[in-house]
Amino acid sequence: MLSYALRRIAVAVPTLLVIITVSFALERLAPGGPFDQEQTLAPAVRANLDRVYGLDRPIPVQYGHYLAALARGDFGPSLSQRDFTVGELIGQGLPLSATLGLAAVLLAILTGIPAGIAAAVWRGRATDHAVSALAALGVALPTFVTGPALALLFGLYLHWLPVAGWERGAPRYLVLPVVTLALPVAAYLARLTRASLLEVLRTAYVRSARARGLGAARVLWRHALRPALLPAVSYLGPAVAFVVTGSLVIETVFGLPGTGRYLVQGAIDRDYPLVLGMVMVYAALTLTLNLAADLIYGWLDPRVRHE
Amino acid sequence: MSERDPLAHGLWQDAARRLRGDHGACLALALIAAVTLLALLGPVASPWAYDSLDWRHLAQPPGSAGAHWFGTDRLGRDLFVRTLHGVRLSLLISALASALSVGIGLAWGALAGFAGGRTDEWMMRCVDVLYSLPYLFIVIVLSTVVGRGSLAVLLIAIGAVGWLTTARIVHGQTRALKRREFIEAARATGLPTAAIILRHIIPNLAGTVAVYATLTVPQMILFEGFLSFLGLGVQEPHASLGNLISAGAQEMESAPWMLLVPAAFLVVLLVCLNLVGDGLRDALDPRER
Repeated sequence: MLSYALRRIAVAVPTLLVIITVSFALERLAPGGPFDQEQTLAPAVRANLDRVYGLDRPIPVQYGHYLAALARGDFGPSLSQRDFTVGELIGQGLPLSATLGLAAVLLAILTGIPAGIAAAVWRGRATDHAVSALAALGVALPTFVTGPALALLFGLYLHWLPVAGWERGAPRYLVLPVVTLALPVAAYLARLTRASLLEVLRTAYVRSARARGLGAARVLWRHALRPALLPAVSYLGPAVAFVVTGSLVIETVFGLPGTGRYLVQGAIDRDYPLVLGMVMVYAALTLTLNLAADLIYGWLDPRVRHE
Repeated sequence: MSERDPLAHGLWQDAARRLRGDHGACLALALIAAVTLLALLGPVASPWAYDSLDWRHLAQPPGSAGAHWFGTDRLGRDLFVRTLHGVRLSLLISALASALSVGIGLAWGALAGFAGGRTDEWMMRCVDVLYSLPYLFIVIVLSTVVGRGSLAVLLIAIGAVGWLTTARIVHGQTRALKRREFIEAARATGLPTAAIILRHIIPNLAGTVAVYATLTVPQMILFEGFLSFLGLGVQEPHASLGNLISAGAQEMESAPWMLLVPAAFLVVLLVCLNLVGDGLRDALDPRER
């Protein structure tokens, strides 16, 4: 198990370095700089600005400085929001975004997997049809449609929940965003669980467990469920990536001040340090959680460890 | 039903027969055809252009203002024409981006799978690295780099991230095919590698590729929608489903039809395309059922 974990970590670290390098190179080689959108600056002022932010140095030198600063945990100053460093902006947005993502993943697991199990157990019945239809819809509908649609229904027409906005410590502002973000993941989990449980229920060892006279419930819980949940566990990695991506849209739709909005705004403003800082945070987060999903998978399925 | 001789029919005839039996997929295909036709002909039938302003009918709901069949937006632009223009643009971008990404995925996966060894390992490691990043995120970095608004940039940005799944699947299948006897026979006759890939590997991948190409189209519609929704894709006054929904979401308190009309078109397209893709997969590979 330990060597398996070390092997996975050995893949994750270079991946992070590649991501840092590629996104740094792309951002710096791009035409257009952070000071292009304001009025034309006097050449001397422009040169001073470039010098203060180190933009007059050769690109490899800038890269070296960037890596050194990253190692110290310093993401540099934001170019578009002059009074803040990138680190401060990330610190402001991350707690909200993390809460949102975590709550969505938990909600998806708690609803999607039981729904999939129910659909497989009552195959061909009303439960199965309902779950399958809802799951097909949930997988097909994008968050930028479900978000506004749910806000329209529950916020504007029924007045059950706030349409958008955020007050610190008021969980009802998070209900719609979390549900919107969880919906596609839950739908996909339900599909995966249904399909794999049906497959497991057809195997010889389940049949022999039944033949030994074990009850249906015991066969399901003790024998069929653990292998049937493996595909769902391996989907958790992509699910995390999906939730991270989806949070950009969700935070825009519901006006939540999380890191996703800073990223989108930073991309529009060409704020290099801000976009790069966000890339680092998101990449590190995604890689760590993927690693966690891999380790859980290895723990559940010994064959993977000894590949 | 009598047992058919499996050799009497080709893969594609069998698949077509199974697809015809799948009523959901057939209905979906018909709906897609209808929406496409409407998108092509509808704007011609309407007296309005996608960017013409009608000052006497601002923010009118559907059916209340003469020839504005789906109503108008805050600037008096006709929503029927704008939505259908959006459908056109979304379909065009997604079809081209799918072709691009399936092409890249096919080439990359087949080359890596056929080459094997070190080359294979490195090529697929690249795919793994890109895979572990959230898609949209790469697209955001790309569209920051090349600037917003250009159609070509949008195409490259979404085409460039869509090929990963195809590459993985093609890679797996190629590795399996490579070990088969007929490839060995082709090699024994002295056929060059490029010819083996083009003439023997790729035709055998056609079914898989057809399925993934169909399933890539709705994904590309989604990417385009995401980007345009965030303000990084198609820009005003041009209409795509993504920026129409974004504008509709901002006006949903006073003009909900601005959100509901383009959203309905998007949902119908996505659901139908997914149904056709799934139907095609079942038709080509009935074991998966």
